[in-house]
Amino acid sequence: MKEHFNILIIDDEEVVISSIAKIAASERFSVDSVSDATKALQKISLINFDIIICDIMLPGMDGFQFLAMLESKRIDTPVIMTTGYSTIENAVKSLYSGAIDFIPKPFTVDEITSAIHRGIKFSNLMKLRKANNDSVIIVPCPAKYFQLGYSSWMNKEHNGSVLIGATDFFMKTLDQIKKIEMLNINDALTQAAPAVKFECEDGLVHQLFSVISGTIIAKNERLEKEPELLEKDPYFDGWIYRIIPTELDYEMKLLIPSSSDRS
Amino acid sequence: MFRKISQKLILIVSATAIIIIGVYSYFNIKSQSDVLLAEVERHANQLSETIKNSTRYGMLLNQREHIHEIINTIGKDRAINDIRILNKEGEIIYSTRIDDVGKMLNKQAESCYACHAENRPLERLAMKDRTRIFRANPDSSRILGIINPIYNEKSCYEADCHAHPKSAKVLGVLDVTISLADVEQQIRQNEISELIFAIISITAIGFIIGFFVKRWVDSPVKELIKATDQVATGNLSYAIKDLSKDELGALGSSFNKMIKKLDETSQQLYQSTKMASLGQLAAGVAHEINNPLTGVLTYSSYLLKRTKDNPQMQEDLNVIVRETMRSREIVKGLLDFARQSTPKKSLIDINEIINRATAVVNNQLKLNKINLVKEFDSALPKITADANQIQQVFLNLFVNAIDAIGQKTGTIDVKTSQISLSPKGITQIKSAICPKTHSLIDVEHKIGGMSSLRVKIRSNGNEGFIHIDPIYGSHRHYFGISLDKANDLNLSCPICDLTLIDRNNKCPICNGPVYKIQIPNQGYLEGCASFKDDWQKWDLIDRAGEKKFIKLDVSDTGCGIPPENIGKIFEPFFSTKGQRGTGLGLSVIWGIIDTHNGTISVQSEVGKGTTFSIRLPRTDLIRNI
Repeated sequence: MKEHFNILIIDDEEVVISSIAKIAASERFSVDSVSDATKALQKISLINFDIIICDIMLPGMDGFQFLAMLESKRIDTPVIMTTGYSTIENAVKSLYSGAIDFIPKPFTVDEITSAIHRGIKFSNLMKLRKANNDSVIIVPCPAKYFQLGYSSWMNKEHNGSVLIGATDFFMKTLDQIKKIEMLNINDALTQAAPAVKFECEDGLVHQLFSVISGTIIAKNERLEKEPELLEKDPYFDGWIYRIIPTELDYEMKLLIPSSSDRS
Repeated sequence: MFRKISQKLILIVSATAIIIIGVYSYFNIKSQSDVLLAEVERHANQLSETIKNSTRYGMLLNQREHIHEIINTIGKDRAINDIRILNKEGEIIYSTRIDDVGKMLNKQAESCYACHAENRPLERLAMKDRTRIFRANPDSSRILGIINPIYNEKSCYEADCHAHPKSAKVLGVLDVTISLADVEQQIRQNEISELIFAIISITAIGFIIGFFVKRWVDSPVKELIKATDQVATGNLSYAIKDLSKDELGALGSSFNKMIKKLDETSQQLYQSTKMASLGQLAAGVAHEINNPLTGVLTYSSYLLKRTKDNPQMQEDLNVIVRETMRSREIVKGLLDFARQSTPKKSLIDINEIINRATAVVNNQLKLNKINLVKEFDSALPKITADANQIQQVFLNLFVNAIDAIGQKTGTIDVKTSQISLSPKGITQIKSAICPKTHSLIDVEHKIGGMSSLRVKIRSNGNEGFIHIDPIYGSHRHYFGISLDKANDLNLSCPICDLTLIDRNNKCPICNGPVYKIQIPNQGYLEGCASFKDDWQKWDLIDRAGEKKFIKLDVSDTGCGIPPENIGKIFEPFFSTKGQRGTGLGLSVIWGIIDTHNGTISVQSEVGKGTTFSIRLPRTDLIRNI
């Protein structure tokens, strides 16, 4: 049924490699693993991988340096970052440095599975986009929006509140949404911490990271009834929360402006 | 040899003393002996005159026996060596030594030489030339001789004896020699006493200098060296005692100060390193534990998926998954603790946070028999703040209060309330720019502890700077130049010189010029540019109306803060607790309150107690617009 997918795991912990390998195998993905980033770069030059799952704290070259190396070598294989030192800074920095996802250790089977699935969809979309000569299949964020990685966006409103939502690219990495689970008004959001849960038709549960920290003052209740709004109009009618940001100036430094050509 | 300052000083002072005393003694002895010799000479001359006069009559009468008698009698004086009278031919005709009588003296003999040098005829000679000092033989003491010529007189050549013709000028010579043994002994004694004096003085100077150098230089220097050694070996609590009031004392006291500062700094460094390494440890532990936990969590959740048909197993596996998830949260908490820098703000109930903080210090309060009174406003609204940081603020304040109360019993009163204040006088202008977006904020010049706004002023040809009070509605401006009443003035940006005057507006009070400064994202600040009155307007802030605050007061009945320290308590590293405190507590509090856009103030009376008042804005919408 499934296409053949090739995953590279970079981690210096045997148990982590075997854990991911076990899950990947159950999904019939093929897995290769290396214990440091230098070996990974050698391997990448020989074999074409669909996604890379990389630890941040590695002997020698660390995860961020590895991301920078990939960028300088113009290798666009999607990378999912993972670390035991799962701070918000690491998550934000990973997404800012070009990783498509950040999975804090320890993770459950569901968490890593959904991340891998999103990664594969992401990889496919990128291939498709390349094949179609960059014709518009993904709706980009409007100008003046800011993104956390490729997945969530924020837009400053005139009254000081901030709207946040999911990008079209992120929505396209998910299957048909069955159920959307949102936080409540007055709940606090933390940057790069889960903000929304999407349950999809394929049984996977995906979480969207909050683009900035703040307190929720309104949520788009329409989404609960018509989640397809997220796909139809992700940047306007498909907004998710309206929040009062707490550390906007500080946190915006690690967001990617939508005018940037980075996706 | 002579490596010590004291030795060098003693050496040089002694050498100087030796030279001075030596020269002094030399001239002293010389003048003494000169005086003595002169005295002897005068005495000898007198004596010789006396003899001449006494024998005059005897000579006229040619009473030889009588003359002998006189000479012998006088010559018995111990000091007199001998008395001789020589005739013109050099024959000794009278002498205290009978044997000499009749002897002829050569004109080259020592008593004759003075007059007969170069065979000159006898003439009148000055006394100095008539005296001579000689030694009879090398071992004997010196002898002073004085010759006294006996001149021909009328009574001589008219005497009955007719012994002398009228033509003879000098009839003979009276030669008196006086032993200088006494004088020499006197001089020697003087020399000895001078020597003794010199030795005693030099020794005394040496000892006195030595004693005081030891006391004023040696001991303090030794003490300093000892202190330096102590500090070098790591004993930073060492202090130099018994400081004198001179330069070395000042050096010692600044050394003490330096060591105290060093000690404090190293303590602070130790504290911050401790915190930093605690953070690193937590991070390390979190990282190391998360990897094995990954194994446990993935395998157990994998099994959970695989055993959907085995309810018993599912139940057990669920426990494993649940507990692993719990471990994950614990480790996450540890990481959050380690990473305290970035605030994690959420909507929090301050009353609850204070309760949490009091729970931490409860034991200590009980131990110190301190009564904690809570006066909470139950309707206190929730505010957006970092719960951990606010808790830390109260913990620090409570710990300070407990320390201030000390061993005596006391009360800590913590009160929460809501207040509304006019934005004037409480809103800080944190940024301000000119039309070209140059920042006007001057961090160097602070007014009321906050960075002021620096603008250039030109008035009547004078140029200078004005520092505008950063608190809206407060007028503690600082004027770099004296302002004339003239309306001809211009305010401009210190960087690009672009004017800040709003030509379209006039001050509603004095009708003078008005400045208009952009506050990024928060509208414009306007004010009377001639500063004749206090008119100021910040429309956006005014329109927001009264600002609502949460007021939090922590009062104690402790020792209070002396007025001279009040201004310093929020400075980093200021501590009165010595080594027990880091001096960071209140500065950290200040930083936290500041990042929450709040203010903290203190009122204190020594002996009565201290109250810290914190004001937190109920909403910080404005700042982020």
